[in-house]
Amino acid sequence: MTGGTKSVMAALTLVVASALIYGAIHAFDPYTVSIIGFVGVNIILAVSLNITNGYIGLFSLGHPAFMTIGGYLSAILVMAPERKAVMLKSLPDMLVTQHWPFLPALLAGGLLSAATAVIVGFPVLRLRGHYLAVATLGLIFIVQSFAVNLSGITRGALGLSGLSALTNLWWVYLFVALTIYVCWQLKHSSLGRTMLAIRENELAASCLGINVARTRVLAFALGAFFAGIGGGLWVHLVTLISPNSFTFLMAFQLVVMVVLGGTGSITGAAIVAVILTISTEFLRPVEEAAGLFGASQMIVAVVVLLVLIFRPTGLFGTAEPDLFAWTRKFTRRPDPSHGSQP
Amino acid sequence: MGSAYILSQIVNGVILGSMYALIAIGFTMIYGIVRLINFAHGDIFTMGAFTTLASLALIGLPFPVALVVVVLTGALFGVVIERIAFRPMRGAPQVTGFIASLAVAIILENLLVMTISAQPRVFLVPEYLNRLVSTGVITIRVIDLAIVALAIVLMIALVFFVHFTKVGIAMRATAENYDVARLMGINIDRMIMLAFAIGSGLAAVSGLMWGSKYGQISPFMGLLPGLKAFVAAVIGGVGSIPGAVVGGYVLGLSEVLFVGLLPPEYSGYRNAFVFGALIVVLLVMPNGLLGRNTETRA
Repeated sequence: MTGGTKSVMAALTLVVASALIYGAIHAFDPYTVSIIGFVGVNIILAVSLNITNGYIGLFSLGHPAFMTIGGYLSAILVMAPERKAVMLKSLPDMLVTQHWPFLPALLAGGLLSAATAVIVGFPVLRLRGHYLAVATLGLIFIVQSFAVNLSGITRGALGLSGLSALTNLWWVYLFVALTIYVCWQLKHSSLGRTMLAIRENELAASCLGINVARTRVLAFALGAFFAGIGGGLWVHLVTLISPNSFTFLMAFQLVVMVVLGGTGSITGAAIVAVILTISTEFLRPVEEAAGLFGASQMIVAVVVLLVLIFRPTGLFGTAEPDLFAWTRKFTRRPDPSHGSQP
Repeated sequence: MGSAYILSQIVNGVILGSMYALIAIGFTMIYGIVRLINFAHGDIFTMGAFTTLASLALIGLPFPVALVVVVLTGALFGVVIERIAFRPMRGAPQVTGFIASLAVAIILENLLVMTISAQPRVFLVPEYLNRLVSTGVITIRVIDLAIVALAIVLMIALVFFVHFTKVGIAMRATAENYDVARLMGINIDRMIMLAFAIGSGLAAVSGLMWGSKYGQISPFMGLLPGLKAFVAAVIGGVGSIPGAVVGGYVLGLSEVLFVGLLPPEYSGYRNAFVFGALIVVLLVMPNGLLGRNTETRA
């Protein structure tokens, strides 16, 4: 594809996507729209978790910790000062006067998560395999205890309720596009190759002059940034954040998306995020009707076990299948090797 | 803060430590042989608590009989889980086993939620175990003494089994070197099964103790004690049975003293303290107190 057709395709995709979002907001009821929102947020989370768990081979369960950090910060920054005076009486003055628009607040949440990841990352990322997994799981509980106990800032176990429902499909899918774009560019850049090299053979990678520790922290921080943004979007979608909003269960669900989709595959993680979110939502009424609470989680867990046993690489492995091959039938130029034969 | 208060805190720490130690032994035994951190171990602990409740309240078994039933069901759960979930992926990367154990944990928890609902249940022990014993300085319940005594008896029995019986020696050989042990004619599958059986049986007993001590059980009760017992195993040195015991008591005591001796505004940071300790231990002495350096962890 030449540069010209590429930008035409990009513009076309943008128009179609915008039309779809516009259509979805106006055609569906608020409940369906919120599910479409959750689908998007889950795509952001799964695709960004794939940076650590897929590209660089660091098995992290820490996403909920970063979501909590990002969620709280963006919620506090966006909240009107009058409301803070009622809800958070002992908030430091510095935070009370802040009244930010949504976008910078989201980005601030992402940046604080990334900064936390850098600080935590330097010691923790020296660990390997499941030691890292348990340490990051511990991070969820550490962040949770701070959220419960720093009640001056977080309102303790009560959490912050009645947040403005600022998250709409435009914001969600703007960040979905951004996350996928960044991850895609990353994967196909020299930095991404560096990460894959570290995953495949750390010793060989460092022999080639790769700074393993720095690249690991970078990957961890980048994943945490998007997790923080995802957290901010999530809490303004459900209009509530509490210390129990993002728990170990969330970490498991995100890991499932990455494992089933194929560790390292953006397409895979995104597709499974969509399928899993929608199917959980559809199974919920069935669960309630049958009185079998927890059945959908069980089904997911059984599927994970079966996939691990019979197809350990997940849906796509590290590959990115060409989902849009069929579109090129219309834009393809005549192939010189076949077309110009006498 | 009198000496009686401190003493009773120490007793509480020893009780908590006994329970952590019993769970940690299972972690360590399983890890020692198959290099798997079995995340579902905490749920075997939960299963143990619910099996006790069922045998006491539903079937009406006497407490000592219930104890035996609990050990056996725990062991059975361990063996079945190993056979169904972990054996097919033996030899896969470490993280695969870890994800599988997460999935097993979710399955077990939801199995309990589906069958007996997520509501916490009251756990009552027989009257004679609830009687108070006064030792002059502090007053404790019979069950508290029984927990510590039982834990110590089980640990001594385990050490004897592992060190002086033929099967125990075979198990240690397997943990030492999997391939050479197989060449010596040791049935590896059976050793792994045995490690799961013993570890899970002990975790189930620990669940029984937890219920007796705190009087309430729920399907999700196993998550935190399970994770903390893993921390205990790391403190002691993963792979070492005496290490798991030492780690269990160190963690139990320091956790209780952290809550009991510091001003109350810090007590909410209990979990942060435990997992912070995990990270510090992993970085400062990755082999733990009694572990040996057999692989790179950090």
